Amino acid sequence: MFGILRKSLHTGIVTTRYPAQPAEVSSHARGRPEIDFSKWTDARAAVASCPTGALACAEAQGQRTVSLDLGKCTFCGLCAEADAAVRMTTDCELAARRRQDLVTTAAYELKPDGLQGRLVSLERGRAALEAVGAQLKSRIGQVLGRSLHIREVDAGSCNGCEVEIAGLNSPVYDLERFGIHFVASPRHADMLLVTGPVSRNMELALRKTYDATPAPRLVVAVGACACSGGIFGANYASLGGVEKVLPVDVFIPGCPPNPHALLQGILLAIGRVGLKSSGEG
Amino acid sequence: MNAVGRDQILPGLQPVLADLTERFGPRIQAVHPARANEIYFDAQMELVPGFCAQLYKKWNGRLVSLFADDARAEAGVFHLYYVFALDAAHGFFILRVPVSPERPQILSLTNALPAVNWQEREIQDLFGLKLEGHPNPRRCALHDDWPEVHPLCKDFELKTVLPPFQGERHKFREVEGEGVFHVPVGPVHAGIIEPGHFLFSVAGEPVLYLQIRLFYTHKGTEKLFENISISHGVCLAESISGDSSFAHATAFCHALERAAGLEAPPRARALRSICLELERLYNHIADVGAIATDVAFVVANAHAMRLKESVLRVNELLTGNRLLRGMARPGGVRSDWDASQLEALARRVRELRPEFESLVELIRDSSSTRDRLETTGILKPQIARDLGVVGLAGRASGFDHDLRRDFPHAAYGQVKFTVPVYSEGDVLRRMQVRIDEVFQALSIIEQLLAQLPDGPTRLELPALPPNAVALGYVEGWRGEIFHWIRAAGGGRLARCKIKDPSLQNWPALSEAILGNIIPDFPVINKSFNLSYSGTDR
Repeated sequence: MFGILRKSLHTGIVTTRYPAQPAEVSSHARGRPEIDFSKWTDARAAVASCPTGALACAEAQGQRTVSLDLGKCTFCGLCAEADAAVRMTTDCELAARRRQDLVTTAAYELKPDGLQGRLVSLERGRAALEAVGAQLKSRIGQVLGRSLHIREVDAGSCNGCEVEIAGLNSPVYDLERFGIHFVASPRHADMLLVTGPVSRNMELALRKTYDATPAPRLVVAVGACACSGGIFGANYASLGGVEKVLPVDVFIPGCPPNPHALLQGILLAIGRVGLKSSGEG
Repeated sequence: MNAVGRDQILPGLQPVLADLTERFGPRIQAVHPARANEIYFDAQMELVPGFCAQLYKKWNGRLVSLFADDARAEAGVFHLYYVFALDAAHGFFILRVPVSPERPQILSLTNALPAVNWQEREIQDLFGLKLEGHPNPRRCALHDDWPEVHPLCKDFELKTVLPPFQGERHKFREVEGEGVFHVPVGPVHAGIIEPGHFLFSVAGEPVLYLQIRLFYTHKGTEKLFENISISHGVCLAESISGDSSFAHATAFCHALERAAGLEAPPRARALRSICLELERLYNHIADVGAIATDVAFVVANAHAMRLKESVLRVNELLTGNRLLRGMARPGGVRSDWDASQLEALARRVRELRPEFESLVELIRDSSSTRDRLETTGILKPQIARDLGVVGLAGRASGFDHDLRRDFPHAAYGQVKFTVPVYSEGDVLRRMQVRIDEVFQALSIIEQLLAQLPDGPTRLELPALPPNAVALGYVEGWRGEIFHWIRAAGGGRLARCKIKDPSLQNWPALSEAILGNIIPDFPVINKSFNLSYSGTDR
């Protein structure tokens, strides 16, 4: 008994100050890839290197359209190795309310030699993301007062997301300091935190879990698989993302998202509850 | 099959080979030594039981993987592969058996060798080869309400859109008697864990029977490997079981390298071993904490989570990812570490030892914790042996093997370590194996850091010749991981068979729970901590 107490006192406080202070990530961490769109002359090598189709290009009517979808990105960094125009940043807090906010699209004039000419248009999902970030900051005060109960549902993940979600309960991230708890039953939950691309074998269980969750309820898709199918995509056994089955309120990119990214996404989702007066999911 | 000469076969394997040749004569149609420790045999199906019995009884071999490969396009038949590990002789004997598409049947070994039960049924589901003489030939990998499809046949497209499931749902075995009742649990569980269904049949408090139904997270992973490039395959291998990202990706790279006749350079092998030990560290530490939580000692878990987080942060510093993703590459590793990264690793290892010692002391001093863990969830050595239980669960039940020692890979040939083995087989011993292995892992990392070889960290992987085959292996934190590949040419694979230790160990859980009470199930389950995704793929 005294040993336990002594050890706790000796250890002191280990909890991160996030989100009041910035995320504690290593300078070596791989987060969101950043592309210098204005100077990009050839996207093809980076697109070919991408294992999930997060980077994609299409050609039509003398134009090449290149898109970067953070909802599919696993931050593997293969594109940055293949192409100097891509740089890996350490940005990890990328949660968005709308799937399209995670997609940046650039259109180029296509030259006869296959290279890209003038940048015709650039639509940054990222801009919307930053606006949401500002909203989040203004709302954190209200959010902290709330009590939120979360049921985690693994709908076919590789368990990487579970490793990080479990970390939210550690004294380092201590989700309970926000009044947020993980609960054992969907009947006690306000939010479903869903991981995995939704395997065919989990589709029914996921629907039933959602149906058992009382409204108002939130659905947060955690990780590249839940956002888009990730590396598994859609195939005979995988549906290709939570959105195929349930309405999703917040998407948290990452493979897996680190605990900071998870915290940011969960807090963002609660902001939405604040906006809504009543709610279906 | 790319072959080495017969004289290059490991000396320890020569007497086994001579014995098999003498005993079975021309019934062994061909012997292909693909590598010094990986020998293929061609034979017909009727030889399988005898071959298997001879290796088990006379040579203490064990069947570590059984899988099929659709080679109808190349050879006009399906092939079955029976992979035997000969731990004492440090080699693998692989029996290859043709199955004609006209008579698509497999002779079941399950009655004699319960260890292959699920693997045989998986072949039946995924290839449509019917089992003969199997005691329970029901669906396993594809659930009962799936239509009649065989996804690993080459004529099945990866992206096939299946009709909505309408077939009959799974019927569990009936367990009856006065006062017997059933407790169904899952697939969505109460904790932050993966999905699976457990049906407990209970009389009063003790569990009479446990039926486990898995494959809820089946995602078509092995099929997907056949449809993507090899470099993307490394990323996919990292997602077979997230808590073993590096071990699976390294086993995959190991198979590619062996198929290409390439060995990763010494520095890369050392970094691989360090990463494998880091993966072992964070998982073992988390499990020790989780076991404490499941018997209500949450303070210990809080300390364990703190230590786990410190390892994940070092992982991120070294590899850019907290789960070590992106580090594994065919031919070596992705990046070298600079002096500051190496110093940070050395410091973490130095500091972690006393911190973990203090945590162990905390748990050891709690007599109520010990009381809950000792004699709980006993897996008897004989049952562990029959089921072929591997890894830390096997070592806690007297089964003394570890690929790091018996089949040295990465840099394990250059370091000293011991393999903890206990015979009691209870939760306490499964935790104790983890505790011992944490200290071993810290020592292995320190030894490697003290003698880190210079030189490149990566060699270019040459193109694989079509139909080159190879077995890659790694002792992950949970147990032995095997990846077997057959190349297709053009930077693609015709087959990638993944064997996670969880698949082998799940049936042991049904045995370990018998006679225990349901409230002890979480801690028993956690003491095995098997991967659902690694099993289901």
